Amino acid sequence: MALRTPLYDVHVRSGARMVEFAGWDMPVQYAGILEEHQAVRTRVGLFDVSHMGEVVFRGPRALETLNRAFSNDLTRIADGQAQYGCLCRESGGVVDDVVIYRRSAQDLLVCVNAANRQKDFEWLRDGARGQAEVANESDDWAQLALQGPRARIVMAQLSRTDLASLKPFRFLNGEVAGVACTIARTGYTGEDGFELFCPPGQAQKLWEALMETGASEEIAPCGLGARDSLRLEVAYRLYGSDMDDSTTPLEAGLAWVVKLEKDDFVGKAALLAQKQKGLPRKLVGFALTDPGIARHGYDVLGAGTKVGSVTSGTRSPTLKISIGLAYVPPALAAEGTTFAVDIRGRAAAAKVVKTPFYTRT
Amino acid sequence: MNFPEDLKYTREHEWARVKGKRVVVGITEFAQDQLGDIVYVELPSVGDEVKKGEAFGVVESTKAVSDLFAPVSGKVVEVNDPLSDAPETINEDPYEEGWMIAVEASDLKDLDDLLGAKDYAKFVEEEQE
Repeated sequence: MALRTPLYDVHVRSGARMVEFAGWDMPVQYAGILEEHQAVRTRVGLFDVSHMGEVVFRGPRALETLNRAFSNDLTRIADGQAQYGCLCRESGGVVDDVVIYRRSAQDLLVCVNAANRQKDFEWLRDGARGQAEVANESDDWAQLALQGPRARIVMAQLSRTDLASLKPFRFLNGEVAGVACTIARTGYTGEDGFELFCPPGQAQKLWEALMETGASEEIAPCGLGARDSLRLEVAYRLYGSDMDDSTTPLEAGLAWVVKLEKDDFVGKAALLAQKQKGLPRKLVGFALTDPGIARHGYDVLGAGTKVGSVTSGTRSPTLKISIGLAYVPPALAAEGTTFAVDIRGRAAAAKVVKTPFYTRT
Repeated sequence: MNFPEDLKYTREHEWARVKGKRVVVGITEFAQDQLGDIVYVELPSVGDEVKKGEAFGVVESTKAVSDLFAPVSGKVVEVNDPLSDAPETINEDPYEEGWMIAVEASDLKDLDDLLGAKDYAKFVEEEQE
């Protein structure tokens, strides 16, 4: 049976449509994906993301130990800051993409993808070789994401903590609706917003308070469907779709979170070699210029034969065009290049475009 | 959920409205609800032949791609072109404004194994369990 978050009953009671995702029974939509998408872009939406996992590093050498497993560089951020990056294999393949919250140099929380909870924990624990205490605290945390331009208005009414001055990718411990939380100015939607980590037993109280107070801002409860279309409009990668153990962060267009100049980290040698040799393929953003929707797994065609594949695709609710991400040969990766996508036997024309597809104003 | 009495239904959740040899085809309220927000529709052109039980087009929602199956064989005599710019009409009004194609049936016996409204409602109920 699929796992349930502490908010499962709330979702079912509020009429959400539930689907299994990464082994979890999750809401895919409430009122409808387009409506929820629009709510987050223009107002505020609330997501249950308790399926995400949390792995914690502790000890005098916690930071340097974790930094050795991480493609970005934790020495470049201060306590109270978060950083996005990849965990890589020696081959350079991506074990997961994660956000690491630096509570202190001796205490760091790694937020991992739901499907990778156990894999990441074992990978990090084994890689740490006893140099730091590594704990899988995934079951100890619920996670709510309040996202959208009016998120800060809702939060201001529920928390005495000064959140107006909390900058993007910063976090602190505070209280929201009387619930002790870690409050982070992070998200997966491309809008301003907050992610709240709280004890599972408090999740329902927090959810209900946010929904009640958010009513005046026309808050919408949101499911995974909107979460996916929102993230794709801003070209955030989805692990398992856009990358996996067989792709490197360089191929996935994440060179900006690969710090090849820092001290050794797992995968560095392979990534350096790949950079010198040149990439075999690149993840690009594209827009269809023919009708249709490109979906995960569809072939990219160059001169009639398969040269790559689509990893994500949807009709952008905000831009009203068909967008997607695809791996293509470097020769087809420049902005403005055209190729075709095989949509169930029909070659639909596509053009490489700049990402993010959408930027908030 | 609303399944009008005057329509016939396929087990793939299309409906057929029969007037003489002219059969208008669309998808049911249940189908549009299961699909979620419909964002794209691909339909044949006037003059194309469709074959009973075979795909004549595609609807795509934000979540999924779904084939449309013809309830009868015949020639397409009319297509609801406005749907290509406003596919959400299928969600909003699946039985009227959201119709998809009209077919001139080559053999009305094709309709014999379609379900009536009551049987279709029962079929949907069973499928949901």
